[in-house]
Amino acid sequence: MKKIVILGAGTAGTIVANRFKRLLDFGRWEVTLVDPDPIHYYQPGFLFIPFRMYTPKDVIKPKRDFIDPPLRFIQSKVEEIDAEHRRVHLADGSVLPYDFLIIATGVDIYPEETPGMLDGEWGKTIHSFYTLPTSLALRDTLRSWKGGRLVVNVVDNPIKCPVAPLEFLMLADWYFHQQGMRDRVEIIYATPLSGAFTKPTASKLLGELLESKNIKVEPDFMIERVDPDARKIVSYDEREIEYDLLVTIPLNKGAEVIGKSGLGNELNLVPVDPHTLRAKAHPNIFVLGDASDAPASKAGATAHFSIDLFTEHFLDYVETGELPPYFDGHANCFIETGFGKGLMIDFNYTQEPLPGRYPLPGIGPLTLLQESEFNHWGKLMFHWMYWHILLRGMELPLPATMSMAGKWKV
Amino acid sequence: MPTRVIAGKTVEVDAEGFMVNPNEWNEAIAIELAKEEGIEELTPEHWKVINFCRQSAGATGKAPTLRTITAGTGISTKELFALFPKGPAKKVARIAGLGKPEGCV
Repeated sequence: MKKIVILGAGTAGTIVANRFKRLLDFGRWEVTLVDPDPIHYYQPGFLFIPFRMYTPKDVIKPKRDFIDPPLRFIQSKVEEIDAEHRRVHLADGSVLPYDFLIIATGVDIYPEETPGMLDGEWGKTIHSFYTLPTSLALRDTLRSWKGGRLVVNVVDNPIKCPVAPLEFLMLADWYFHQQGMRDRVEIIYATPLSGAFTKPTASKLLGELLESKNIKVEPDFMIERVDPDARKIVSYDEREIEYDLLVTIPLNKGAEVIGKSGLGNELNLVPVDPHTLRAKAHPNIFVLGDASDAPASKAGATAHFSIDLFTEHFLDYVETGELPPYFDGHANCFIETGFGKGLMIDFNYTQEPLPGRYPLPGIGPLTLLQESEFNHWGKLMFHWMYWHILLRGMELPLPATMSMAGKWKV
Repeated sequence: MPTRVIAGKTVEVDAEGFMVNPNEWNEAIAIELAKEEGIEELTPEHWKVINFCRQSAGATGKAPTLRTITAGTGISTKELFALFPKGPAKKVARIAGLGKPEGCV
């Protein structure tokens, strides 16, 4: 009996487990998922909660709904990964040996890494929206907020869902319009990047979109500390931005157990070959979803595309030890732009996002790097597809590798 | 790939002006690129960072992030911002003839 242990039953862990369920002969294989949290969160939905577009019930379901026998599920914290002896130590002292280990522990926010962030104003004038409790706290603050200067700050990259801060800014613009108070709110985006986004074409087009919504970008802003009493953020090069309400995307790091087990870099991300997602140091460990140092977007779409390809090659790899460079870093994301519209981007390791149509070249119906109402409906429909198709390991009719057809240069 | 002449040498660069081939780099190029970034003189501290980044990139195949540089050189983030104003990781990568740091996409 060969054993696969999957650490983390979030988006990546659940999808890969359900793929294994279809792929493997359970007379010869045993697949065990381990996760301390019994709840599965639809993380893209956190963005909508502060603006009361979603409620908590839209974003939580029991993990057990998606994990059935013959998959085994253990609800437990992981104490240590002993890669040398191929076993995982759980919090209750029990030990899980494995032949193959899948690390899918994702990344989480660490507000304590920025001095001043947790010093008395967290949940009051300093908020986030990257977890359910933080998005609910922000919703409650926004409900009674009288206006002033809203500053959105990304502490450092990489972050989970790199477009979420932009979506937050544009939804905030829309929300304050709806509340009849946009004229009393100044919106500033302080980012460590040199523009609205990483890659040139998207950065230019998204930058123009922000400008058209009267959202000011403060580029190259690398935060050193928050001064919660003076209500300002200070950068390493001593620029200061005052705020009335700070919405932060705190430092994103991988799980602490990764660092503790000696498997991670300085952000507790596991170094992998970006084209196979196999751990550089251990040929029987794969890192799926956000937990690796692969320079792909930390997003559900990336997890989904890479897992499609990973599971295609896994049995061959077990048989022959050979693994082709199957993954191109393909990602795509919906970007909510407010007022019932959205846009979409589609890209990979080497190809930056460009305008065009997706998934059918020339037709769409989704438009790339261009606002449309259909994109917004696409995002809302995706919510249903996530629970009913994606997590259950069923195929979506989308190619896992990026295509240049339907894209044009600007 | 476009090319350009830096310090008398023709080198390949990408659309954002980052050198594509680290082997084409030399110290004269670094001095000229530093001037383009507004750094008039490269001090021993600057060189310490540049050399670390070249070593790190040689080992990993990519320009190091800010966190890797602070951990590897013992130079604090604050000092790095004083040495290479605005974006140290990006700036030093450009001066050291490495590609743009990947950071995120």
